[in-house]
Amino acid sequence: MSTALLIAWKDLRQRFRDRSMFLIAFVVPLVLAFIFGRILGDVGQEVTFQYALANQDDGVISSVFVDEVLTPLERQGFLEITPVDSREEALALATEGAVSAAFVIPAGFSAAVEQAQPAEIEVIGNVEQAIGTLIASSMLTTFANEVRAAQLAFVTAVSFDESAFSKLDELTEGRALPNPITLEDVSATRKELDAGTFFSAGIAVFFLFFTVQFGVTSLLDERRAGTLARLMAAPVRRSAIFAGKLITSYVIGVVSMTVLAVATTLILGAEWGDPVGVALLILAGVLAATSITALIATIAKNSEQAGNWQTIVALVLGMLGGSFFPVTQAGGAIVTLSLITPHAWFLRGLGDLQGGGGVSDIVPALAAILAFAAVAGTVAMLRQGKIFQP
Amino acid sequence: MPSAAKPILECRGLRKSFGQRVAVNGVSFHIAEGETYGLLGPNGAGKTTTISMICGLLQSDGGEVLVAGARMTPSSVGVKAQIGLVPQDLAVYPDLTARENLSFFARLYGMDGKTRRARIDEVLEITSLADRADDAAKEFSGGMKRRLNIAVGLLHRPRLLVLDEPTAGVDPQSRNAILENVAQLSDEGLAVLYTTHYMEEAERLCDRVGIIDLGELKAEGNRRELVGSIGEHDRLELSTTGAGDLAAGARAIAGVKGVREAVAWDGGITISVDQAREALPEVLSRTAAAGITVRNVEVREPDLEAVFLHLTGKALRD
Repeated sequence: MSTALLIAWKDLRQRFRDRSMFLIAFVVPLVLAFIFGRILGDVGQEVTFQYALANQDDGVISSVFVDEVLTPLERQGFLEITPVDSREEALALATEGAVSAAFVIPAGFSAAVEQAQPAEIEVIGNVEQAIGTLIASSMLTTFANEVRAAQLAFVTAVSFDESAFSKLDELTEGRALPNPITLEDVSATRKELDAGTFFSAGIAVFFLFFTVQFGVTSLLDERRAGTLARLMAAPVRRSAIFAGKLITSYVIGVVSMTVLAVATTLILGAEWGDPVGVALLILAGVLAATSITALIATIAKNSEQAGNWQTIVALVLGMLGGSFFPVTQAGGAIVTLSLITPHAWFLRGLGDLQGGGGVSDIVPALAAILAFAAVAGTVAMLRQGKIFQP
Repeated sequence: MPSAAKPILECRGLRKSFGQRVAVNGVSFHIAEGETYGLLGPNGAGKTTTISMICGLLQSDGGEVLVAGARMTPSSVGVKAQIGLVPQDLAVYPDLTARENLSFFARLYGMDGKTRRARIDEVLEITSLADRADDAAKEFSGGMKRRLNIAVGLLHRPRLLVLDEPTAGVDPQSRNAILENVAQLSDEGLAVLYTTHYMEEAERLCDRVGIIDLGELKAEGNRRELVGSIGEHDRLELSTTGAGDLAAGARAIAGVKGVREAVAWDGGITISVDQAREALPEVLSRTAAAGITVRNVEVREPDLEAVFLHLTGKALRD
């Protein structure tokens, strides 16, 4: 073991003098996490749309729209209503972007509806807040369709039966009005990371597969440079040389992940969750990355080939495992497929932690990651002799 | 150094193939304490493969290697401490200083504390790198890297130093320094295995030379033995003023000890002799006695290049 540690110490000394290692292990992941977090940070975040309401009608139907459509959504935090007195005031707020859109209910709107006359509610949208405007239009369209259906039933009922009266009564009492937008609050059991944490963790684990190459793959570099021959000619076991390289990979990986976790927490406001759980996930994740990288090194003929293969594997596993986008939102087979990557389990484990879980909640994720490490590591150990062949 | 001394290295019928290609085929030789043995052959002759088996980097397909009486295999950890390998590549870590490189390898060989530090200083002095000890190896010239490469091989006081083309790609000044280093080490009693395809290096350094080609040891011995084995002899070319009886002079010279043949020609005499330098005074004496005035003497001693050409049918650096 002392020989392995000696080799690891020598390697670490070399690596920490290597600027490219710092770039790949620390700088690039941090910069990318920052950029992704800034650009895509709002995606998936809960948002509250701002609307203005100029209600100039004091009738029942407009009250139904305000009390039964807008108010419940406002209570859920989906929107915020700013009451204004006039259409001009509403238009001004929408134009200057203070609100996404404004609802203008003209005087006599309810009376017109009750008399089966044409009636309208106006939506004034802000062109730069298209999503908010679209949602406002959708809410109103849904409401208008219901009103129209009730009007039609009422007109028909005057000639044929009494049921339409009861339909209009239901509408005006607000009992039959469907909720125009259904929101499902999943916060209590949520497994999705917030954007800042997601990109911080996703990019960190993605670059981990490049970072650990600085250890074990250097065996192939040493073979090319001739220093491996010198190590093999020394009175040390080959398994000790291999172990030294694995230790190097592992230490660099753990340091890199730890620094990124701390840095993204302090700089980007990422919330990784329970420190003990995060530490266990990092230790297991680095072990899996080291094992997979070691396996590739034992298969490759030279360091160039190993580098190429490791890049491909890192990219495929990273993309599939959801390092750059939350695969759970894609749904279907891609979610199932993502589970063949340690990345997905790592992020899933972090999700469990961020949802308030503790170490016991991440046991499945840890077990899965360690299974990757065990399989790849065992095969790598069995194949290690190939690296020592000329 | 006579080869009758106690052998440090014995190679017996070494064989190694890579697929269908036979790299080493039945190579046998030995090196005694204090002896410098040159393995001379062109690129691809099997020198490095032979060294790899000697140093336990490669498992031989057949035959055996004994180092100080112990069998060497890739798993012979203890035996490896007897050998200092200086690979053909510059096998040092460029990002580490010379001292850090030496310290790492010294620890690998189990050297600790004061012993390690003292020995590092010693080999830095031997290889004239003491004043650059704390500079990164990547800042060194090619010659300095070669010397650091040798210093690493010497660190643990091996009984056998294996140098695989240690002067490849270095300037003449550095090459000279390296050769002087090796000669000094040999004088101090170290057994040295030296591979090269530079004939002049082998002639200058080696007590004995093995000529290897296509994986086979074609011949071995000291220079004179090798030259003699192919029927080649020294030659003396005497250019004269033309005065005197050259034929009579040639007959007189033919009686000198070691002279095999003396032939007069128009303007001079050509003499085939075992050892030209030893015979030269007597040859000149008899020439003068015959009334012949010698204007110029040229001594031609057959070299290992000629031996190699004779044995393999090709030049050493082909």
